[in-house]
Amino acid sequence: MADQTPILELEHVDKSFGPIDVLMDINLKVHAGEVLCLLGDNGAGKSTLIKTLCGVFKPTAGKILMDGKDVRFNRPRDAQEMGISTVHQFGGTFALMSIGRSFFVGVEPTRGWGPFKIFDRAKANEIAVRAVRDFGITRIEDGDRLVGGLSGGERQSLAIARAVHFGARVLILDEPTAALGVKQASHVLRIINEAKRRGLAVIFITHQVMHAMAVGDHFAVLIRGAIAADFRRGEKTREEITDLMAGGETMADLEASIESYEDTHEGRPPPPAP
Amino acid sequence: MGSFIGLIVVYVFFAIMGGGNFRGAPGFSSFLNFGSEVGIIALAVGLLMIAGELDMSVGAVVPASSLTLAIVAGDFGAPVGVAILAGLAVGILVGYVNGLLVTRTGIPSLIITIGTMFGVMGLTLGLTVLIHGSTGVFLVPDPLTKAIFGQLIGNMFQVSILWWAVFIAVVFFLLHISPWGNGVFALGGDRESARNAGIPTNRLTIQLYMLSGFAAAFVGVSQVMTFNAAQVAAGRGFIFDSIMCVVIGGVLLTGGAGSVIGIVIGTLTFAIVNQGIFFSGLDPNFGSIIIGALLLFAVMSNDRFRALALSYASGRKN
Ligand SMILES: Nc1ncnc2c1ncn2[C@@H]1O[C@H](COP(=O)(O)OP(=O)(O)OP(=O)(O)O)[C@@H](O)[C@H]1O
Ligand SMILES: [Mg+2]
Repeated sequence: MADQTPILELEHVDKSFGPIDVLMDINLKVHAGEVLCLLGDNGAGKSTLIKTLCGVFKPTAGKILMDGKDVRFNRPRDAQEMGISTVHQFGGTFALMSIGRSFFVGVEPTRGWGPFKIFDRAKANEIAVRAVRDFGITRIEDGDRLVGGLSGGERQSLAIARAVHFGARVLILDEPTAALGVKQASHVLRIINEAKRRGLAVIFITHQVMHAMAVGDHFAVLIRGAIAADFRRGEKTREEITDLMAGGETMADLEASIESYEDTHEGRPPPPAP
Repeated sequence: MGSFIGLIVVYVFFAIMGGGNFRGAPGFSSFLNFGSEVGIIALAVGLLMIAGELDMSVGAVVPASSLTLAIVAGDFGAPVGVAILAGLAVGILVGYVNGLLVTRTGIPSLIITIGTMFGVMGLTLGLTVLIHGSTGVFLVPDPLTKAIFGQLIGNMFQVSILWWAVFIAVVFFLLHISPWGNGVFALGGDRESARNAGIPTNRLTIQLYMLSGFAAAFVGVSQVMTFNAAQVAAGRGFIFDSIMCVVIGGVLLTGGAGSVIGIVIGTLTFAIVNQGIFFSGLDPNFGSIIIGALLLFAVMSNDRFRALALSYASGRKN
């Protein structure tokens, strides 16, 4: 697998916002039929990294290769047209639009011809409702309902269902399970496995070790904008991965310091940091 | 729905107060004539507001376009068709500049379009005085152009009412039927998500500003054709009037929701109050009070609609 041409590859990618360097010298390969878990502390740069991959940001320096060829995404639509489909950490649905309309923003199904193309509402509603019901959200029956009336997890499921529906080659999920219930979260993991089986490349960002270990083939850990570790399934233990996700501080050290505090303070836990 | 009840109430009120004249053709023609002009602009401004932006420059584009038309045809002696195109082009150009500034600078569109409004007003006044020597230009159009843009039907109804109907049909198609409209709602709902979903947000914003510039310029053209004259001071009323019509018609000030039917109802309501007051013999200031009250009522019920829409799920769970 490793000697095939990766679907997506980052070469020496930097990204800065004015004087703030957020990503530094990122090198990363994503293969078809593989799940890459992108791990790291809050603010490590995970979302920034995937936004440069899907055309929201342009890299300040470095190259993005798709199938070994240099590509340049000027806007998210360019990446979409190449088969890269993304669920962002925030947003992705439109509160005051109907489920069917929200699902198809930017890729509306149409009937008719020429300048008289008509938004095919029946078709949009049917596909959107079916896609979220496949997620186990069976409370939704009417595609004309407003998205704002859904719960947070239902909205998130709608966004993920959309990405899965349009993801042709690469599926990028930025903390998709954060708002989800146990049933829906495990469904997302199932979907990731299913996408992988169909030969898609999946990039999955999560803060939950269990979720990462359940589906990941390949792990990359970001610490303050640089790749601190890049390893494959089975090469590190769960404890080692947890430590890396906490930004390099070992959990064991943290636990030890809490214990020693409790020893000297009659068993009370330390007060939260101000 | 609330706006439709408002329309009925307002009409019934003035039908009683305004007497037979208001209930007959003179009343209808006066509010339809007024409504058609502000209505054409309100449709385009409404689209912009659904997309989350404002356009204050329409009030300057109306006289800019009518004076361009009158000067190009009158002072420069160009054919009227060419002059009309020049007038419309001015509106489209101002819209393009608005759109470009709004998308490139990230400064709130309220500020930008107030800026372009003053710029266009100043240019219009300066150039008119420079070229024509006064602030008003007369123009007698040929019968055919007059018939198309400025005819009075039955000596009362302006042909602009028919043009308003055309605008309503086109904008209704664009917003509610074509896939393009989906992008407008998405843009007003959440600009960043809309871009992430593949909507060309900058291009769409520029298109919307060009449309509102075009609509304002169109009204400028039809005013010259109707009144055979162009005035520098004309058009200021359209700035707030168009926003009033849109808000009374139920478009959310925050963007993301609204309808063409609503905007038309809002325009009719506004026009009926505005003209009905003269038929009723009431103090004109009383009309301003009614419009103020309508506006407050509309904004409150719009907010209620929004809250209802957003709390639908939690309401069902409890
Ligand atoms: N548009 C921006 N302008 C300036 N700084 C930014 C911008 N976007 C992100 N940053 C900075 O880049 C850093 C990384 O942000 P990013 O959102 O990529 O983190 P993350 O790894 O996704 O964190 P989280 O786990 O909290 O989602 C943060 O310090 C953030 O302040
Ligand atoms: Mg993030």
